[in-house]
Amino acid sequence: MDWSYVSDHWSQIMERAWQHTILAGVPLVLGLLIALPLGWLAARVRWLKPPLLGGSGLLYTIPSLALFVLMPVVLGTSIIARVNVIVAMTIYTLALLVRTVADALEAVPNAATQAATAMGYAPARRFLAVDLPLATPVIASGLRVAAVSNVSIVSVASLIGVSNLGIYLTSGYDRQYWTEIWVGLVSCILLAIVFDVIIQVVTRLLTPWQKACVA
Amino acid sequence: MINQIWTWLTDGANWSGDDGITHRLVQHLWYSGLSLLIAGVIALPLGTWIAHSGRASWLVTAANSLRAVPSLGLLFAASMLLSSKFTGDTDLPYLVPSIIVLTILAIPPLLAGAYSGVREVDPAARDAARGMGMTGGEVLRQVELPNALPLIFSGLRSATLQVIATATIAAYIGLGGLGAFLRDGIALNEYDAAAGASVLVAVLALAADLLLGVVQRLVVSPGLRTTRTRTRRNRRADATPAAAALGPTNARS
Amino acid sequence: MIRFEQVTKSFPATGGRESMVAVDELSLEAPTGQITVLVGPSGCGKTTSLRMINRMIDPTSGRILIDDQDIASVNPARLRRGIGYVIQSAGLFPHRTVVDNVATVPMLLGTGRKKARDRAREVLELVGLPGDFAERYPSQLSGGQQQRVGVARALAADPPVMLMDEPFSAVDPIVREQLQDEFLRLQDELGKTIVFVTHDIDEAIKLGDQVAVMRVGGRLAQLAEPAYLLAHPIDDFVADFVGRDRGYRALGFSEAPNLPMSNEPSVPLGTTPEEARAATSDRWLLVVDEEVPQGWVEPARIEAPIEPSMLDRGGTVARVHGPLRASLDAALSSPSRRGVLVDDDGRLVGTVRAADVVQAIERVERPEIDPAEIAPTAAPVE
Ligand SMILES: Nc1ncnc2c1ncn2[C@@H]1O[C@H](COP(=O)(O)OP(=O)(O)OP(=O)(O)O)[C@@H](O)[C@H]1O
Ligand SMILES: [Mg+2]
Repeated sequence: MDWSYVSDHWSQIMERAWQHTILAGVPLVLGLLIALPLGWLAARVRWLKPPLLGGSGLLYTIPSLALFVLMPVVLGTSIIARVNVIVAMTIYTLALLVRTVADALEAVPNAATQAATAMGYAPARRFLAVDLPLATPVIASGLRVAAVSNVSIVSVASLIGVSNLGIYLTSGYDRQYWTEIWVGLVSCILLAIVFDVIIQVVTRLLTPWQKACVA
Repeated sequence: MINQIWTWLTDGANWSGDDGITHRLVQHLWYSGLSLLIAGVIALPLGTWIAHSGRASWLVTAANSLRAVPSLGLLFAASMLLSSKFTGDTDLPYLVPSIIVLTILAIPPLLAGAYSGVREVDPAARDAARGMGMTGGEVLRQVELPNALPLIFSGLRSATLQVIATATIAAYIGLGGLGAFLRDGIALNEYDAAAGASVLVAVLALAADLLLGVVQRLVVSPGLRTTRTRTRRNRRADATPAAAALGPTNARS
Repeated sequence: MIRFEQVTKSFPATGGRESMVAVDELSLEAPTGQITVLVGPSGCGKTTSLRMINRMIDPTSGRILIDDQDIASVNPARLRRGIGYVIQSAGLFPHRTVVDNVATVPMLLGTGRKKARDRAREVLELVGLPGDFAERYPSQLSGGQQQRVGVARALAADPPVMLMDEPFSAVDPIVREQLQDEFLRLQDELGKTIVFVTHDIDEAIKLGDQVAVMRVGGRLAQLAEPAYLLAHPIDDFVADFVGRDRGYRALGFSEAPNLPMSNEPSVPLGTTPEEARAATSDRWLLVVDEEVPQGWVEPARIEAPIEPSMLDRGGTVARVHGPLRASLDAALSSPSRRGVLVDDDGRLVGTVRAADVVQAIERVERPEIDPAEIAPTAAPVE
């Protein structure tokens, strides 16, 4: 382990970490925003559930490298465009979260939703004021899974030439240079932990009634 | 572009020979199957035992936290560590590290599936089984395992997807399989081959998942299909931690 | 016969909890062919006592004998195969059909699949689940039906001993009554040695040939027949536990002596208003259909031939020699204040007034005090 490599390349490491954060984080937010209405539909409309969950299940089976390579065909972009990775990661996040959101919404106790309806909440407001908060812990646990897996998958994008922390892995392997491998591995793991902690903290702020965190 | 991919896929010349699609497809299946088999032999009994005995459940947590390690890094590190140990004209320098990493990646979902599957068996059913005079082994074979099958299968399916995906990447450390087309295609700017092979990999993953889905339908008791939704829904409100524990079954990279 | 001899169970201290005595020096006998009910407040050690009988839990000290054999010397799995076990949530195997659930124990005992399933169907019939239920999965049954399957599964190998832990407590009151009645009918037929756990004193009194009241700390407070228990609770705890209306409830056990009955004029359905008014001088007139009482009418108020819809059906009917509680209830609930008494086929015999029933009640002797029970705590049954 060559520590001077780390200090010499500190600003580069930070830059790639930021790129990595964007590539993994933006899809996380986008995926969640799309998964919420889709999951709600799957939970509400009986006949929509199988196609929605089945469809997202299918998308989820596509291996990451293959999806990165195929993205340009769909989007008409160049192979090294970052948008390929963002869209692909959004698809994964979405695929994972639609099921989680549907499950979480179905798990909201009937008594609570009916009480809310009886108090005169309109459906849309009830969803925002009652169903969604109560479903938050389960959705958050799905989001944590998606976040950690996103951080890991994004490093694969370095194979198609998109810059992120994974570049340390590929270049370390090409040069058979352990220090770079370590930098890549450790920084990826740390980033995954940061994502995980942020989601947990936000969840706890959003659900003050849950005393203990489901860690 | 789609035409080019189609041409590549339908060109008979691309299918034959040692570098052909057929051979690499078989390789891909073989590496994936072998790793899954080894992982299954390790993880299924282990997960069952942990759930059954209630001991060493930290192992499941530990295996789950492995998800944070990027599989790409794991592959490269394993290759650098191990390939120099094998000399001579063999496949071992890239085969051994690849299979080891694929196996390591398949273990967490399999372990979590077996563990939570056995864990989630209705305690009353387990109690009744013991109370009617089943021995420990009989409880396991006749009650716990059949009831754990749905979750074991979901673990197996994510492990399979994980392994097929990572086997593709393993081409970068010299493993054959369909990933070799992607590696070479990207490196040599032959997009039709890279994209064509990507389609094949996607279809392979899809087919494997569908096949496992069919097998699951056949071996899981129909009684568990309705119960699962019913009891899960009843229990779900207070089962958030369990749901969280199940989450990792789906994770992959 | 199942015999507890000074059985104690203490659970060792675990993770911050002190060690606790769940069952303390319990001695009692559950006679062959009878229902012994263990009843008591939550946490008093009923389940623990029950589960020691099939060695799901092993006692810390003391011994348990079944037909004079110490169960500690029997292999647990073998012991359990000879003891039926029914638990609160039924504990059915969700992956097996109803018939396969019931066939489980016979198959464990080595019966062939076909024979075991045939036997299972018979037992299912016995608990009131005919033919097409057999091929369903537990998730396709109601709670009450699941509970019946649980009972059938315990009965399938025809064990002489049955252990039942709150088997009916997870179903609604109406279904519970129904299951209890069927259970008693079955027991009449099968004559098993049954230990039955409940925390519901009404259930205990209804089902038990003898009732063991336990108090928290796992000690036996009183062991007696239900009528005796209601008449002579041994201390404040038992008295509180059996409840304030125990005197009235005890009437449920006293067979009615020959109550002073009067003949009741009655008319069939279809009687015209004139005929009805001619039949009685009283305000209320009893209407029967083929001698079976249907309800009461007020002849002064009817304007058309009597139809079922005109009847006041408020009154209950009681069997002539049934429990006094039923006769009293019939008198109190009848609009004419005359309680309708019927024979075993439900045909009208006569009516009785509440005052007469009360007089009869006063003549009924209370169950005699058992000298062994006069000691402040229950002495071990030896
Ligand atoms: N495995 C155990 N470890 C420690 N304590 C136990 C264990 N099982 C039971 N206990 C304790 O022993 C006492 C008696 O328990 P038991 O289950 O026999 O009560 P019960 O009379 O059946 O109550 P309920 O009506 O609530 O079912 C309780 O205080 C309980 O907490
Ligand atoms: Mg109990």
